[in-house]
Amino acid sequence: MSVLSVRDLEVTYRTQAGPIPAVRGVSLDIATGEVLGLAGESGCGKSSIVNAILRLVPPGTTVTGEVLLNGENVLTMKPGRLRAVRWTQASVVFQGAMHALNPVQRIGDQLAEAIVIHGQSRQREALVRAGELLDQVGLPPRRLRDYPHELSGGQKQRVMIAMALACSPSLIIADEPTTALDVMVQAQVLSLLNELQHELGLAMLFITHDLSVLVEISGRLAIMYAGKIVEQGPSVSVFEKPAHPYTEALAAAFPAIGDQRFRKAPSGLGGDPPQPDAVPTGCSFHPRCPYAFDACASTVPDLYASGEGRRSACLLVPKGELIAR
Amino acid sequence: MTTPSETDPVLEVEDLFVSFQGRVGLGAGLAGKKGTTAKAVDGVDLELRRGEVLALAGESGCGKTTLARTIMGLERPQQGEIRFEGEPLGKSSKILREYRRRVQIVFQDPTAALNPRQTIYESVAEGLRIHGITSQDGLPEEKLVARALARSGLRPPERFFLVYPHELSGGQRQRVVIAGALVLEPEIIVADEPVSSLDASVRGEILKLLLGLRDDFGIAMLVVTHDLGLAWTIADRVAVMYLGRIVEIGPTEEVLTKPLHPYTKALLEVVPEAGGLSRPVLSGEPPDPTRIPEGCRFHPRCPEVVSGAAASAGVEGRCRGEDLGLIELTPEHLAACHLAAARRRDVVPSTMT
Repeated sequence: MSVLSVRDLEVTYRTQAGPIPAVRGVSLDIATGEVLGLAGESGCGKSSIVNAILRLVPPGTTVTGEVLLNGENVLTMKPGRLRAVRWTQASVVFQGAMHALNPVQRIGDQLAEAIVIHGQSRQREALVRAGELLDQVGLPPRRLRDYPHELSGGQKQRVMIAMALACSPSLIIADEPTTALDVMVQAQVLSLLNELQHELGLAMLFITHDLSVLVEISGRLAIMYAGKIVEQGPSVSVFEKPAHPYTEALAAAFPAIGDQRFRKAPSGLGGDPPQPDAVPTGCSFHPRCPYAFDACASTVPDLYASGEGRRSACLLVPKGELIAR
Repeated sequence: MTTPSETDPVLEVEDLFVSFQGRVGLGAGLAGKKGTTAKAVDGVDLELRRGEVLALAGESGCGKTTLARTIMGLERPQQGEIRFEGEPLGKSSKILREYRRRVQIVFQDPTAALNPRQTIYESVAEGLRIHGITSQDGLPEEKLVARALARSGLRPPERFFLVYPHELSGGQRQRVVIAGALVLEPEIIVADEPVSSLDASVRGEILKLLLGLRDDFGIAMLVVTHDLGLAWTIADRVAVMYLGRIVEIGPTEEVLTKPLHPYTKALLEVVPEAGGLSRPVLSGEPPDPTRIPEGCRFHPRCPEVVSGAAASAGVEGRCRGEDLGLIELTPEHLAACHLAAARRRDVVPSTMT
């Protein structure tokens, strides 16, 4: 059974300028022990998905569809049940860990707080558990007595990971967990997440705009553009042989060193990602697409099967033409 | 290989030192205690050649941004000299003023670099006004601003004159910042992480623009970045910095595909790649510029020292005790590594990986 199963999710924010659709019909599944990478640029709706999964959206936001967490629909849960499910079944490692910790509270107390609030144990046992958690993320338990300013950025992110593990959830959502970190530290944090995920058999939803990171850590990839998934499938095959022009452009933004095709040849797309309140008609990518033809401006593409375990929302797929690369 | 036509340096940095004094509390200060000194730039020699793109890479805290800011005259060096077209700076304010027109900087975050209450026209024209330029090449200010915007890819330029930064996308804002630099017709552009705050699909276009400026106008560029993939796509040469010092420099293809310094190798090791997680070879945090180790400053983290490769080559003692500068190991390719130098001396080409 899937740990997380999202069906036809739509998230529409209410603003003074009118409703803004941020997520426009997204379905995805994550099985136990599986890592799904979700890629996309700012404004594509990937963080809205995270917020909708844990119902952290601002009041007034319309969320439709289904979010099944271990078979239970999060969107229809009563508040009490929701509180119980958050952190014990699904937890989040947010971007910018440095700002998520309380600067005037010791690391140990903050970790213990998460455990106590969710009724897992009392203060004393919670501190012992906090020490174990630190050990698990590669920090010496004596760090429990440290304040956040005594830790480096990478160490703080480790604490945030420990916190996400505190109540033994079955799903971890990592929302750009390494974006603010330095290259070497990023590699350390990624390898830690990877180890923990294997060791604990966690399901993980890993979100970032950096496709090269996702290909390393996740088995399957979903690429988002303008509130929709435009391509999905096994990571390496999607990255190396994109079937959607947007994936192709995104992959080219992270060139492999030594690849002569990219030497002194930066490649990018003209234009900018669309604003959520002004999504183009037809295929929302068509104004920027180098392969666009007449039908693209008017026909909304479905996710067509485009290879082994793969789907792609590009009208070239049913035409039988694959993009050249 | 296509190297720029002239190889004479337009900018030279010699023996540069920049440090920052830490502060202490009042009590400690009265007791005569002093804060620790962070040596951000600790003896750098560098030359930027006419019309070349030089990437300056390294972890955060390695001093790359301080070096760039010092070159711009935004930090004062404790020691060392910066020469522009052979003229040392700091001798006269006239030279400095001229220098500040001909060397322009593009910052990481265009949203922070632009005044939100100024129109695009005002932002781009500001440099001209500061330098008292009312016309150039027979063109009035308005035409100069329009030309710079057009060269930055904002066409038609007149459409952007009365627009405010918040009405533009991130990529367009960075183009405005670049136009603000271009309008003064610089010889050099220093770009500090020029695309790292932009969306992935927009980055390529900005890099294309920067490369185009080099090709069309012969502008030399110093691109500060932590991203070696970016260096691969645009740079002629790469300099790798570690703890305030350049530890390896050479042609991009050499440095990135045949690195000589263990630190460069480690940086390349952690570049994410398809097909499995690369092991981070360096443990620990980015180094601390208030405590620079004795000997080779990289030796406490060096995998060659840990693995014993340095010991079996008989250089470990020197790694731990002898500070060293850059050594030219192959033509144009320099590295500050005792082991690489020893291997070179043995002239066993197969060990030069």
